Amino acid sequence: MAGTYTLPKLPYAYDALEPSISREIMELHHSKHHQAYVTNLNKALEASAATLSEGKLHDSAAQLSAIRFNGGGHINHSLFWENLAPASSPDADIAASAPGLLAAIDATWGSLEQFQAAFGAALLGIQGSGWGWLVREAATGQLRIVTLANQEAVVVGDTPVLGVDMWEHAYYLLYKNDKATYVKNIWQVVNWKTCETRFAGQRDDAFKVLKTQVSI
Amino acid sequence: MPIRMPTTTARTAGLAVRGAMGARPASAAGALTFARGKATLPDLSYDYGALEPHISGKIMEIHHKGHHQTYVTNLNNTIEALGEAKEKGDTFKAAAMAPALNFNGGGHVNHSLFWENLAPANKDGGGEPEGALKKAIERDFGSFDTLKTQINTALAGIQGSGWAWLAKDKTAGTLQVITRPNQDPVTGNYVPLMGIDAWEHAYYLQYQNKKAEYFKAIWNVINWKKVGERLDKA
Repeated sequence: MAGTYTLPKLPYAYDALEPSISREIMELHHSKHHQAYVTNLNKALEASAATLSEGKLHDSAAQLSAIRFNGGGHINHSLFWENLAPASSPDADIAASAPGLLAAIDATWGSLEQFQAAFGAALLGIQGSGWGWLVREAATGQLRIVTLANQEAVVVGDTPVLGVDMWEHAYYLLYKNDKATYVKNIWQVVNWKTCETRFAGQRDDAFKVLKTQVSI
Repeated sequence: MPIRMPTTTARTAGLAVRGAMGARPASAAGALTFARGKATLPDLSYDYGALEPHISGKIMEIHHKGHHQTYVTNLNNTIEALGEAKEKGDTFKAAAMAPALNFNGGGHVNHSLFWENLAPANKDGGGEPEGALKKAIERDFGSFDTLKTQINTALAGIQGSGWAWLAKDKTAGTLQVITRPNQDPVTGNYVPLMGIDAWEHAYYLQYQNKKAEYFKAIWNVINWKKVGERLDKA
């Protein structure tokens, strides 16, 4: 029997990221939006497996779009919560928490500020819903900024280091149509310790949060 | 002279700017014409609060003055950059403007059509289609209720930002329900008759994650008279 995925607990309180991200946003985002991805992922996986076992490949394959969308939603949000931290946390201090990553960022973009400007421009350039990621490329080990539409998950091979949700539900209640300020304020609540661990570790380790939720 | 969307393609929209330069001011009726070479934010024919309780005044105000205005501004910036590229004979730069033209041009077109196919529930909003539109809906969907169900299903199935449209298939002559991601405009073989914005900014301040309630409520403010007029011209 296939396992089902469950909503991961947040490693901080809903209001812990204020004032950068409001309690109301975090609560809806986690308990409603993320939960819906988990619920719909489980439904799609179950329907896909059930129809396949009946020999109906056509019906099973029809679930792939929902698996990709909701699976991506579950993966992306799970990674996102972990790469955020309260501004007061020592984990939000890049110099103290992520010396290796900071050196790589400096080497790649010249400075943290220039990286943040490039990342911010990429985030604001997304047309519609989507995510921006700092990833470590598998082939080269290089850092790279990528944007992905809707709930596409970080491409095969690349290790996700830092993800920022650019769906309107991630910021709208607080920032409305001023997404530039959301992009500016998100830097206050980045968990650089998580980013450093992902950057230094194996790709699979970045996704550990997902494995622990499978209940057989 | 100004070219009326939606028959204007992205390519000819750029040309319309040159043609309209200094020609004549924007006509009040032509929300999608260029005035003195610039796209402009059309006025709403109703107050921001007029669609309450189905769409809040706050949503309408930000949606129109904030979001739609940004599409207009960025469309004009894009068209200006396109003109500069053309003057310099820089095809590479002109081609690079395509995504911004599609996104911001589409955003302007889609919202302009959207505002017009909405109306306060105590005026032209809500109710049921009449006349030729009613006949066409019953012919192609069986009933008005089936059409609503199909559109609501289409809206719910959009993965990310986008729009659902009731459109006329020009070659088949039939009405169809179609969806478009992000701000992709309805083009080609389709004429848009009625659009519903499924971007989160269209409903989030009032409905949050409960988008199905927004999709249910919006039927109270659809201007079927306007949709019927569009079908007559399609």
